[in-house]
Amino acid sequence: MSHNEHAIANEQHVHRDDTGAKMGMWLFLFTELLLFGGMFLIYAVYRFQFSDQFRVAALELNTSLGTLNTIILLTSSLTVALAITAIQKKNKFFAIINLVLTLFFALLFMVIKYFEWGSKFEHGIYPGSEELLNKQNGEVLFFGLYYVMTGLHGLHIIIGMALLFWILILVMKDKITHDNFVKMENSGLYWHLVDLIWIFLFPLFYLIH
Amino acid sequence: MHNNDSKKEHHVTGYGTYLLVWVALIGLTSITVTVAGIDFGMVALAIALLIAAIKSSLVINIFMHIKSDEPIFKVFLGVSLFTLIVIFVLTAFDVINR
Amino acid sequence: MANESLAVEEKSFYEEGTSKRTGLLGWLTSTDHKRIGLLYLIAITVFFLVGATIGLLMRLELISPGETIMAAQTYNALFTLHGVIMIFLFIIPGLPAIFGNFFLPIQIGAKDVAFPRLNLLSWYIYIIGAALALISLVLPGGPIDTGWTFYIPYSVRSTTNVSLAIFSAFVLGFSSILTGINFITTVHRMRAPGMGWFKMPLFVWSTYSTAWIQVIATPVIAITIILVILERTFGVGIFDPALGGDPLLFQHLFWIYSHPAVYIMILPAMGVVSEIIPTFARRTIFGYKAIAFSSLAIAFVGYLVWAHHMFTSGISDTARAIFSFLTFIVALPSGVKVFNWVATMYKGSIDPKPPFLWVMSFIFLFSIGGLTGLVVGALALDVHLHDTYFVVAHFHYVMFGGTGTIFIAALYYWFPKMFGKTYNIKIANWGVALFFISFNMLYFPKFILGYMGQPRRYYDYLPEFTSLQVISTVGSWILYATLLLVFGNLVYSLFKGKKSTGNPWGGVTLEWHTSSPPPLENFHEIPKVTHEPYDFSQLKEMKHES
Repeated sequence: MSHNEHAIANEQHVHRDDTGAKMGMWLFLFTELLLFGGMFLIYAVYRFQFSDQFRVAALELNTSLGTLNTIILLTSSLTVALAITAIQKKNKFFAIINLVLTLFFALLFMVIKYFEWGSKFEHGIYPGSEELLNKQNGEVLFFGLYYVMTGLHGLHIIIGMALLFWILILVMKDKITHDNFVKMENSGLYWHLVDLIWIFLFPLFYLIH
Repeated sequence: MHNNDSKKEHHVTGYGTYLLVWVALIGLTSITVTVAGIDFGMVALAIALLIAAIKSSLVINIFMHIKSDEPIFKVFLGVSLFTLIVIFVLTAFDVINR
Repeated sequence: MANESLAVEEKSFYEEGTSKRTGLLGWLTSTDHKRIGLLYLIAITVFFLVGATIGLLMRLELISPGETIMAAQTYNALFTLHGVIMIFLFIIPGLPAIFGNFFLPIQIGAKDVAFPRLNLLSWYIYIIGAALALISLVLPGGPIDTGWTFYIPYSVRSTTNVSLAIFSAFVLGFSSILTGINFITTVHRMRAPGMGWFKMPLFVWSTYSTAWIQVIATPVIAITIILVILERTFGVGIFDPALGGDPLLFQHLFWIYSHPAVYIMILPAMGVVSEIIPTFARRTIFGYKAIAFSSLAIAFVGYLVWAHHMFTSGISDTARAIFSFLTFIVALPSGVKVFNWVATMYKGSIDPKPPFLWVMSFIFLFSIGGLTGLVVGALALDVHLHDTYFVVAHFHYVMFGGTGTIFIAALYYWFPKMFGKTYNIKIANWGVALFFISFNMLYFPKFILGYMGQPRRYYDYLPEFTSLQVISTVGSWILYATLLLVFGNLVYSLFKGKKSTGNPWGGVTLEWHTSSPPPLENFHEIPKVTHEPYDFSQLKEMKHES
């Protein structure tokens, strides 16, 4: 085989299968689902064992900030969905606006989260702190789960932001178009998953009274 | 190979549908926050989880297109959710009766 | 279909890569599933031999009571290492990553897996995970000494390098997940024209089922590991009873993954058995659909039984009864398979070549392993046998006698296809015989020792156990020498072996329709599948082709 034919063979080697790509993404999302599922299981067991102490601990959380963050994240989910429709309708400009908005909301979410964690730290409530260790066991576990679950969720937000930023660049460079946008769709799926996790985190941590 | 169906026309969800879903999601969020203020006792958790489940089914069906996408994805989703439920139920047999 | 005379002129995947790079670099950057399979083969075989060597040293320590060749802390590190290496580096990735990679795409008539670059990435992640495990041995703090189960609270308190060692398990799990995602998508999207679900070879079915366990179960251990690391590093209260945590919850989460993981280990092996038996019995498989669905059934039922590892750790009586009952259900699909294999051989024209002999050895050893599994699955008996050598023996009969044996069987079956060479049949036969004898010599005494009350993981024992311990240790020497013979035979043949014909065993699944070794994209033209997977009437046509 000459080099030329070789190159052609390689072209064929990488065949395009959008449904396959999406299938891979969904399978990956299920691993995320089970990952957080494991943590929700721990949460469920401890809430069952320490339901009163969980209630006391949850009073420390700021419900308004939690609600605000929920609305922000839901809206970012809307904008990313709009961006995909825009691309399908060949409206590049609207797609870019929506992607930028999504990134903005994501950043806003993280900033609010930062202040929320920051105020907990100021009150001396953080893993291993004297203040926290003096509390009852159920409260220690509540805050342990709170930091781990919202922290891991935050990490997913950062990864999602990186993904969407990459998508934004690809859209601007016309690498993502109305007939080739599976990368954008997959990143969108990832972003919605991050939203889904928050939909459950929010009532379980902020809305216990 | 099944290359041909990558060229198949994609289902395009309109802007309006997404906006409606968003309004519903925000509405459900305000309901869940309001309800949490009222003392429903043990039922409160169930209500909160029910609303969260409705919200996530909206996100999964419309935002994530599972309603209009390949049927096999629904099967996959069912398998994963079922596994998760099995894990919760079997663990509960231990924790509740301990 | 492939044509032998043509194939001589065509280049194999050894001569032609996916890029212009040649030599070692051409291999390390190749996205060809066959080359990646061989990369895994090299890495995994090396770790297997390392794990076996550690096992040999442990047995040597146990040849007499008290300290023989090493201190107790060293022994603790060694049994942990033996477990971690054998489980996470050898037996979980073993069959799917090597033979799944190499043969799953060929058996469904595909050019490659669905995500070739992801496939290469998962190999690198595997190597990084392995490297982290090795680094954790030499860093100050010392090698991990918790046992491969990392139970809380000791894994939070131990001053050894627990965090890094379990992080390596996390990384390896990631590699496993990516392989699983790749295989599921490949089976759904890449089947050749005519390759319906019920025309797929049974190895594909079992690897597909395994892939689902890899995807759905592995994340649970991933999060458990992250939580233990966070608990060790930041003192977050999750599992530690000192902070109100529930160590049993750790055990739940650990086994929610690690029990299904047992089926990640055994299912692909069962698939290989379903390939080898029809080929050497010259008969179509008995109960094709029963075997195919029993793979899915095992994958599913495997999720329902995890707490049988916790019968003596203080879980509720209700849970113990339920899990004991569910455990017995697993025996059903496994039984379905064994009976169908035996029925396939009935009235077959059996050709007892080495791969077939390895499978015979498998059926015997695996049956002992499986039946003693029922013994320890029964709640009342387990209370007596839990954490004794009986469990160790059961485990090694299933894992080593099951999956380990089939790892070798698969190598001996597909060696001519993978490398285009033949090996010495006589030495291979000696290998099976010696393996079978020494295996039973090494592990059977452990059933008795366990029944007499010898706890596992102990570095010392009562003097009256000495004679059985000595038999076991001598068995380990013969077994180790046999393994060297078994692998040595193949390595020698790799360089000095005669060239193999395209289809030395007379197999009919798709891999035997292409040349040995296969070309870059597996087939010279995309195959059209018209036959049932084990329809031996096509052998005549295939001979005409060549």
